[in-house]
Amino acid sequence: MTEATPLWEVFIRPRNGLAHKHMGSLHAADEVLALSAARDVYTRRGEGVSIWVVPSVAITASDPDRAAENFEPTADKIYRHPTFYDIPDDVGHM
Amino acid sequence: MAMFAALLELADDHLILGHRISEWCGHAPMLEEDLALPNMGLDVIGTARTLYAHAAEIESKGRSEDDLAFLRVERDYRNLLLVERPNGDFAATMLRQLYFSAFMEPFWNAALASPDVLIRGVAGKASKEMAYHVRHAGEWVIRLGDGTDESTARMQGAVAELHRFTGEMFLQSDAAAACGVLPDRAAMRDDWDRTIGMIFAEALLEVPDVAFPQTGGRQGVHGECLGHLLAEMQYLQRAYPGAEW
Repeated sequence: MTEATPLWEVFIRPRNGLAHKHMGSLHAADEVLALSAARDVYTRRGEGVSIWVVPSVAITASDPDRAAENFEPTADKIYRHPTFYDIPDDVGHM
Repeated sequence: MAMFAALLELADDHLILGHRISEWCGHAPMLEEDLALPNMGLDVIGTARTLYAHAAEIESKGRSEDDLAFLRVERDYRNLLLVERPNGDFAATMLRQLYFSAFMEPFWNAALASPDVLIRGVAGKASKEMAYHVRHAGEWVIRLGDGTDESTARMQGAVAELHRFTGEMFLQSDAAAACGVLPDRAAMRDDWDRTIGMIFAEALLEVPDVAFPQTGGRQGVHGECLGHLLAEMQYLQRAYPGAEW
């Protein structure tokens, strides 16, 4: 079953102007059926206006065992956060 | 009463097909289709509800949409024989869905010009739903027809079993002709032939010649299978009259 219907990752854009967001995964024989299944599984309650499907094997993921060397060095570099500026009220939401 | 009878025919088509599709719930070959099938079933049941409610209002004898859906006897149902056919395997279910939706998509598109405001409203919603059903069922017919030896044999078997029920879709009942708010069913022939022809060509399926077309649903002359379907579908309203949730 899994060989005939490989895994696909589903990304959905909730509204125009927003980015596609990962929603989950599903099994399908090819990209056309994967899109159809994504529509039926992940947009039943009006979740989106656009769907992407990507073969799960096409995703290269970071190694959890290297999480420390990848992500911890940034923890003490607070000067990278743009929190030291006064934002004028007129700018509104940023 | 032509309007009432014509709405009932159309509503019965959708309710009976919707119930058939609902029988797959929890039994589909994969989780993805287990969600897709009830989605399609709910589309057509939603259409049936609106049509029954409209019919009940026109009849104005105090019957509700539930009374019309659940409390009639077998001979009073006016649905096409195609929609009551048992689900068979997944190939037969997808083919039946393709046959029906390839007819209803141009039908609802034509009904967008109906003089009846409610029919126009249903048509606006249902034409989009049917376009998706054609695509979903069509993709499966193509893949199963041009698939493995097993899937090809099953899809060819489904065509041999179901094609003889398709001619009934194009027959206009006296009520439908007289009501003045529904499109002429015979006019859908070219669109239907084109859709089925394109999908069958890709699926490597032959469009068969039908020697003995099966009809009778519009006169209430059904197959044995409808009685069994109604027994299950009507059970709750018969055992607990007026039950709601």
